Amino acid sequence: MKKFKFSEEFNRKVAPTVARYPRAEAALIPLMQEVQRELGHFPDEAAQALAGLLGVSYARVKGVLTFYTMFRREPGGKYLLQVCRNLSCHLAGSVKLLEYLKGRLGIEEGGTTHDGVFTLITAECLGACGTAPVMMVNDDYHESLTVEKLDKLISDLRAAAKAHK
Amino acid sequence: MGEQILLKHKVVSLDGYKASGGWTALEKATRMEPAAIIDEVKKSGLRGRGGAGFPAGLKWSFIPKDSPKERYVVCNADEGEPGTFKDRELIRMNPYLLIEGMAIAGRAIGARTGYIYIRGEFAREAALLEKCIGEAKVSGFLGDKLFGSAFGFDLHVHKGAGAYICGEETALLESIEGRRGQPRLKPPYPAVEGLFACPTVINNVETLAAVPAIIERGGAWYAGIGAGKSTGTKLFSISGPVKKPGVYEADLGIPFKTFLEDYAGGMADGKKLKAVIPGGSSTPVLTAEEALNAKLDYESLAAAGSMLGSGGIIVIAEGTCMVDALLVLAKFYHHESCGQCTPCREGAGWTETVLRRFEEGGAKPGDADLLLSIANNMMGRTICPLADALAMPVISFIAKFRDEFDAHAAGNTCRMGASR
Repeated sequence: MKKFKFSEEFNRKVAPTVARYPRAEAALIPLMQEVQRELGHFPDEAAQALAGLLGVSYARVKGVLTFYTMFRREPGGKYLLQVCRNLSCHLAGSVKLLEYLKGRLGIEEGGTTHDGVFTLITAECLGACGTAPVMMVNDDYHESLTVEKLDKLISDLRAAAKAHK
Repeated sequence: MGEQILLKHKVVSLDGYKASGGWTALEKATRMEPAAIIDEVKKSGLRGRGGAGFPAGLKWSFIPKDSPKERYVVCNADEGEPGTFKDRELIRMNPYLLIEGMAIAGRAIGARTGYIYIRGEFAREAALLEKCIGEAKVSGFLGDKLFGSAFGFDLHVHKGAGAYICGEETALLESIEGRRGQPRLKPPYPAVEGLFACPTVINNVETLAAVPAIIERGGAWYAGIGAGKSTGTKLFSISGPVKKPGVYEADLGIPFKTFLEDYAGGMADGKKLKAVIPGGSSTPVLTAEEALNAKLDYESLAAAGSMLGSGGIIVIAEGTCMVDALLVLAKFYHHESCGQCTPCREGAGWTETVLRRFEEGGAKPGDADLLLSIANNMMGRTICPLADALAMPVISFIAKFRDEFDAHAAGNTCRMGASR
């Protein structure tokens, strides 16, 4: 396995994160989130390195990594689209939105567009049922969606991705 | 409409919170004996707003008085029960109220540290709480020697990483400790051996946010609101085809019919009410008639054969396929089963598989009974209530809408396709 090197920014955050808990191992998930925030995903090599850093087993880190759905083990698109598929969103037409996105982006659930801009997945209840249907784009909620709104949102995100290139 | 205790108005700054009477309850609590605080909360009749409805004061009183160990206050903000979105609203509207409630809980049980476990998807709300906690520390409302007393309290935000099961209190503790979110066998209960094996109180956001008003105005005042043993106000989240879906604070005991019409504006687009899931996706479904005759409180909904749960009301209109709706829930619970207990792991998987046969073709006569048999083998046979949370909708959907299941089996597939 490749040796993983934490960033300087990450290293600066270790002590204050660990200090929030009486046991260092409780900092595991927050530090995994920090790695993912920097890299966009959490590579397996980082699991080994983090296990060493916190003095826990590799199996423990791998177990956590595979249990929680927000950890992404493979690199994905610049924008992670998560369409809520639970009941309130389902009743409000989330299936149509998902079908629309698959068609427009030319990918299936779990896929990433060729240009690396979008990854499309479904999510379980995002806790915003009053404004269903709902989709997350990275950390942001987009609520009360319609196909028209979604169409514009995708165009805007594409343009933003291009501008940042 | 009754008094708004939790969502009176949006509080956007620490100064605004102070100006509207914030922190006076905490100041009062620092001068009260811990036992007196617990007594006041007991007197209020406040019950857990996360779903279980356990009396909060009683929960606090289980913390061993003589334990030499550290104690912790943990806030469950892992809001994820489908149909529930009140805690997010409360955090956005009045984050300081939660912070003050947690500090008072800390004073009551002798804890110096609290953690807010918030689901990872609520990144913006987590950042808001961190900002508010930071401000409270700078202004002396958190930290050492609060209001000149010996009591000090510090608070941290801990983000989840995408697992519904972490809303179960012992799975939540495992998750804070940096493990997979698998519920613990009880006993020991968290009050005796909770976070880091220390005495711990875990309450829902809404429960903790109700505490400052109780301390300030007294348990008897709070107990005077509501209906019977269901005291106080409750945040109801209502979604589905109603005119004004959203989060509303109402006195417990309000008739569902009044709530639907006066708060949620009635059904949208001339739709007709078919069914109601009254307290989050795991609570048994009610027919329109049952719902329209029910009151929204713990006892009334239990008498109607369901539960108040989290107060997450999902409204279902005529034209909706109940088999399809149940399949959505089965997929969810299957996905979210932690895999620890066989009846849940396997039962949820088979429930989804059999329901797919109804929707996609291949259902056999007797499959509705097969679903019931699976559900009955899940109920009460696992470490945590996630298995029950799927079994209850399965049993109630089939009991009340059996004709739809049978019609699917006879016609081999779903003909309604209402929401597809």
